[in-house]
Amino acid sequence: MSDLSIRALSKAFGGVHAVREVSFVIERGEFLAMIGPNGAGKSTCFNMINGQLAPDSGEILFENRNIAGLRPREIWRLGIGRTFQVAATFHSMTVVENVQMALISHAGETYHLWRPAAELHRAHALDLLQQVGMRDAADKPSRVLAYGDVKRVELAIALANEPRLLLMDEPTAGMAPRERNELIALVKRLVVERGISVLFTEHSMDVVFAFADRIIVLARGRLIADGTAAAIRDNPKVQEVYFGTGKTFAAKASP
Amino acid sequence: MTLNALLFQALNGLSSASSLFLVAAGLSLIFGVTRIVNIAHGSLYMLGTYIAYSLAMHIGGALGFWGGIVATAVVVGILGALIEIVLLRRIYRAPELFQLLATFALVLIINDAALWIWGPEDLLGPRAPGLRDAIEILGRHLPTYDLFLIFVGPVVLIAMHLALARTRLGRLVRAATQDREMVGALGVNQAILFTVVFALGSALAGLGGALQVAREPANLSTDLTAISDAFVVVVVGGMGSIGGAYLAAVIIAEVKALCIGIGVLHIAGMALNFSKLTLVAEFLVMAIVLIVRPYGLLGRVQAAVRSIAEPEEPIRAATPTFKLFATAVLVILIFMPLLARNSPYTLVLGIDVLIAVLFATSLHFIMGPGGMHSFGHAAYFGLGAYGAALLVKWLGAPMSVALIAAPAVALAGGLLFGWFAVRLEGVYLAMITLAFAQIVWALVFQWEELTGGSNGVIGVWPPPPFDKSGFYFLLTLALTALGVFLLRRFLFAPFGYAMRAGRDSPLRAEAIGIHVKRVHWLGFAIAGCVCGIAGGLFAFAKGSISPETIHVQRSIDGLVMVLLGGIQTLTGPIVGASLFATLQDTVMRQTEYWRALLGGIILVLVLAFPGGIVGAFTRLFTKRAAVT
Repeated sequence: MSDLSIRALSKAFGGVHAVREVSFVIERGEFLAMIGPNGAGKSTCFNMINGQLAPDSGEILFENRNIAGLRPREIWRLGIGRTFQVAATFHSMTVVENVQMALISHAGETYHLWRPAAELHRAHALDLLQQVGMRDAADKPSRVLAYGDVKRVELAIALANEPRLLLMDEPTAGMAPRERNELIALVKRLVVERGISVLFTEHSMDVVFAFADRIIVLARGRLIADGTAAAIRDNPKVQEVYFGTGKTFAAKASP
Repeated sequence: MTLNALLFQALNGLSSASSLFLVAAGLSLIFGVTRIVNIAHGSLYMLGTYIAYSLAMHIGGALGFWGGIVATAVVVGILGALIEIVLLRRIYRAPELFQLLATFALVLIINDAALWIWGPEDLLGPRAPGLRDAIEILGRHLPTYDLFLIFVGPVVLIAMHLALARTRLGRLVRAATQDREMVGALGVNQAILFTVVFALGSALAGLGGALQVAREPANLSTDLTAISDAFVVVVVGGMGSIGGAYLAAVIIAEVKALCIGIGVLHIAGMALNFSKLTLVAEFLVMAIVLIVRPYGLLGRVQAAVRSIAEPEEPIRAATPTFKLFATAVLVILIFMPLLARNSPYTLVLGIDVLIAVLFATSLHFIMGPGGMHSFGHAAYFGLGAYGAALLVKWLGAPMSVALIAAPAVALAGGLLFGWFAVRLEGVYLAMITLAFAQIVWALVFQWEELTGGSNGVIGVWPPPPFDKSGFYFLLTLALTALGVFLLRRFLFAPFGYAMRAGRDSPLRAEAIGIHVKRVHWLGFAIAGCVCGIAGGLFAFAKGSISPETIHVQRSIDGLVMVLLGGIQTLTGPIVGASLFATLQDTVMRQTEYWRALLGGIILVLVLAFPGGIVGAFTRLFTKRAAVT
């Protein structure tokens, strides 16, 4: 069963066609990487799926329901979690309160006026922090965390609504290489345990080729390739797009 | 009403537009580059009129008048540069609201300085040499000086446009307006740039004021009128847009002129007096523009200034020591009527302080955790006060009913105004809340049949036993303590967390399913509702209320209280309000120059305690704790 099915998605800003007729699917439990050079339309694509942008045309079917044009909070309620390219937490709250806030929202308790929020879902929040390895920092103000740790906390927040699909826009941007591999390995382990599907964009090819089940490639707003790591490696179109830029993977195929 | 008369009014409007534009253009220029909303800009305008008056009277003749106007612009420009160097330079890195507070302190000081130098009487300057006559246009007489003013606006507009487009300084100003950090990174001396821009903007305000000398008397209240007019113009035109400022000035001046021109109109048997609309016309225009175009007519989305304010500590539940302390304070207050048996004044002061505490705490609720800087919180205070007083006056309602109605009326106001306000951000939100407060004020002021107009409502006395100040003090204490407790409880509850989440990172909050606008809207309404209780208590404490209750001064007092105590702490507004109300009732009554005194106190506090009083204490204690 496909979890998310994108059909002919398009978005233009003025005269610039950021995303043109892009179609792909994510199967349940799949770890799908979206790659492409800068300006390929990855973030625009992402922001249409998570609701920050409304597409000009096309369909985004999540579990057979068209979510194109819904607001971010509505999409989240349907069971889609996300992390941000530039990690964002609530800086006036502690680490555990950040996770509690998401749990409170998930439980529909946002408008409650009486019981102190600090007592609500604390155990559950600590458990999520434990899973991302941030249990020890639970009561620190979230603004004092190192960037890599903020990314982990974001992951805990994203898991709070028990999502069936997780959207991660450059989850390892701004991290050191070792941290990157650790974080992605962590994500992979968690989603396999929970059967979550993941769509992520990534610039580090090491990470992509080591972890992704399948890879789709965007260039100038169009989908130019869709396949397994090996197929993408050998795809002449992909090689052309990346040629001379980030040659972090060597072409094996003979011309 | 003939077409000619309308056209004539339109000409009149154009000449008013010019002086509006001069003040607004300076404000806009300064804001664009320094990101400081200079409330003292209106004071510089006022000084312009006074200085031009003195020069014209002492030197006399054409030289005294025309030369005086030019000299005034120069003098006020230099004064602006001094203000920038001595004061503002120290607070560029302070939170935005502190800058507002500091410039507001300047308003107070300049106002009293003018009172000291020129006295309280209105001073009417001479008529302009060479332009004393009137010419006949459309069958009416238009003073040639007004005709001259019509041209001043566009001339300054074109001059500014050329200066911005062609000169090196102009390029720097435009660059700094877009990204001042980048300009600094490119090696431009920001200190000099800021001083020059501030001097230029101030000179424009001085020029605007000086040009008024032949039309209107110099008056001590023009500082606040000028600044509120200028704000409206800048916001309507779009912050930082000079062309927008002229467009907005023309629109607003024309709407006002037409309202006067139309006068009383009979529609379907109803007499509609349009001239009464002049008080609210500009605020109505602003409200409409902000709803349709949230960044003004020609404004663009502001590039976010990288936050330089100190980050806020997570809130912590009360410690046992704190609870003990709070209980002790409450117990002492309960025994106040006994302790102060022989000093009725102490109780009156106590009632004032308690009402101020409730007012400030409700304002802090949306300003601090909600991040919504309301400049019109007096509206909800006034709605509460008038809601209660009018029920007593017209329906003879008992105090209990009136005190329940007060928060209900304020809640309704908060729900209505808040719905619009939360759609905006930052300065724009501040301005639309101010606009709503002014609309409420004008409504109360002009609906004489219902509200008694400027005379207000009298005879709103509490029934026995609350007519004794001891009992009324206890009632006020009970309601204030209840209000403060509830608001605090809400802040620790999920709702308060959601409000802060929406402030800290709206995107992130939406991405975890929080409807940020709705949460902030309800927060706004709750704050209005609690503020209404304070208003109701105020009405019965004073026995009478007037439109003064809703005056912009009260809104600003609230801001001062919150910032004095420290916006990032929950006890801050309580301490700030207590201190402010006590100072106002005691020290201020001792001197004619209480404004300057208050201004001086505020400046000292701003420079010495940028985190507010409670913030400073907290830091002191945390440092101690770190050492030991």
